[in-house]
Amino acid sequence: MDKIHIKVSVNHQMYEKDVDSRCTLGDFLRNDLGLTGTHYGCEHGVCGACTVLLNSKSVRSCLLLAVQANGSEITTIEGLANDDGTLSELQQAFTECHALQCGFCTPGMLTTLTELLSENLSPTEAQVKSAISGNLCRCTGYQPIVDATILAASRLRDKSIPSAAIKQ
Amino acid sequence: MKPAPFKYHAPTSVGEALQLLAKLENPKILAGGQSLMPMMNFRFMMPSHIIDLNQIDELYGIELRDQSIHIGAMTRQHDIQTSDLVKKFAPIIPDAYDLVSHRQIRNRGTLGGSLCHLDPSSEQPCFISALDGEIEVMGPNGRRSIPIGEWTSTYMTPAMNDDELMIGTSFKPWPDGHGWAFLEYSRRHGDYAIVGVAVLSNINEKREITKISISICGISFAPYRLKDAETNLIGMVADQHAIEIAIKSIDSIEDVMEDAHNSSEYRRHLAKVYTRRAIELAFQRANNHNYGQNTH
Repeated sequence: MDKIHIKVSVNHQMYEKDVDSRCTLGDFLRNDLGLTGTHYGCEHGVCGACTVLLNSKSVRSCLLLAVQANGSEITTIEGLANDDGTLSELQQAFTECHALQCGFCTPGMLTTLTELLSENLSPTEAQVKSAISGNLCRCTGYQPIVDATILAASRLRDKSIPSAAIKQ
Repeated sequence: MKPAPFKYHAPTSVGEALQLLAKLENPKILAGGQSLMPMMNFRFMMPSHIIDLNQIDELYGIELRDQSIHIGAMTRQHDIQTSDLVKKFAPIIPDAYDLVSHRQIRNRGTLGGSLCHLDPSSEQPCFISALDGEIEVMGPNGRRSIPIGEWTSTYMTPAMNDDELMIGTSFKPWPDGHGWAFLEYSRRHGDYAIVGVAVLSNINEKREITKISISICGISFAPYRLKDAETNLIGMVADQHAIEIAIKSIDSIEDVMEDAHNSSEYRRHLAKVYTRRAIELAFQRANNHNYGQNTH
């Protein structure tokens, strides 16, 4: 078997491992690192459950080889909470708006929407829907997820106003 | 749902990739991996060697050179979609990318990968066809350029040799004030189109058509250009009568493809409906300077 040595940072922790060349990033996270928060649904790029952030960009971890992540910074669902362990604004809004039921799609939803909010703190409903168009949820009907994202965005905007004022 | 074993290679230059391509048995080129990886997970594809292009810096980038836009084969779809240069000179491209799959896919997927994969329903060969793009390939005998009209050899197969590598695509920007539209019908947002239509058009102050290009995906192996209609429309007033002529020409397309879900007559019907809408929108946008600013 073709084994390759890789070095990746996952949620700000460095890992060095020998991986099979055919091992996908999602399998590496789940099986080699024990980070089972990243969920595998379809394993062919349709359901979005396995979405992680690779150098801050959302990607399907089932469509990437672990060796391709060599030298990268990866953020998974396990890395989204604040450093003190409290939930991020987006996670908090998800719980308040009932934006999850079974939770299977949630890691993919949160990573995808974290990318959206990192670029756009005033997303319209249409922009949120477009952002999660590649993430399937069979429980919620999506509306609570959209509501939670709009709520988190408004709270993040409120937080960012004072710091913007200080800069000026 | 796991890929079969293969040996992995990550060259850092085009030259190195070409050497690997010449030497290895049963190799497959990995670009963005958004089509190849699912096919490998399903084991539709079981290459013995993967040649990963992701570390070849010279294959990335978008630039205006010799009056043409050049896009490196490995440039990510999201980077093309959000490029100021592309927005300014080819606004049809960001519009079309809104319809190409989802953000997570566009973050990894590449224009070069899509042009080589050549799915008949893909938007990307279609807008490159409307733009009269050229595909640049590199092989053991050097570089050559293939017009998009000659790029499809057969179903999902580009007209390059096994020892050649696609390195980029280029096209000349359309004249200032051109109108554009990319419209499609698909079952869900982000799915492959059942039928999609790309239209570019220039019209003068008398509202006469001076230049037009109409390309349709989802009806044949290669993007289908309505060449005869394009020729006939030059000099005509940009109105419903002109649009009728273009729509009528769709009736004479032979061998419209079909599958279990979409008959050839249904695809032909969609092609007519969406060609009409796309031409109308392109005519509206032509010479209307407000349009250049409202997308993205």
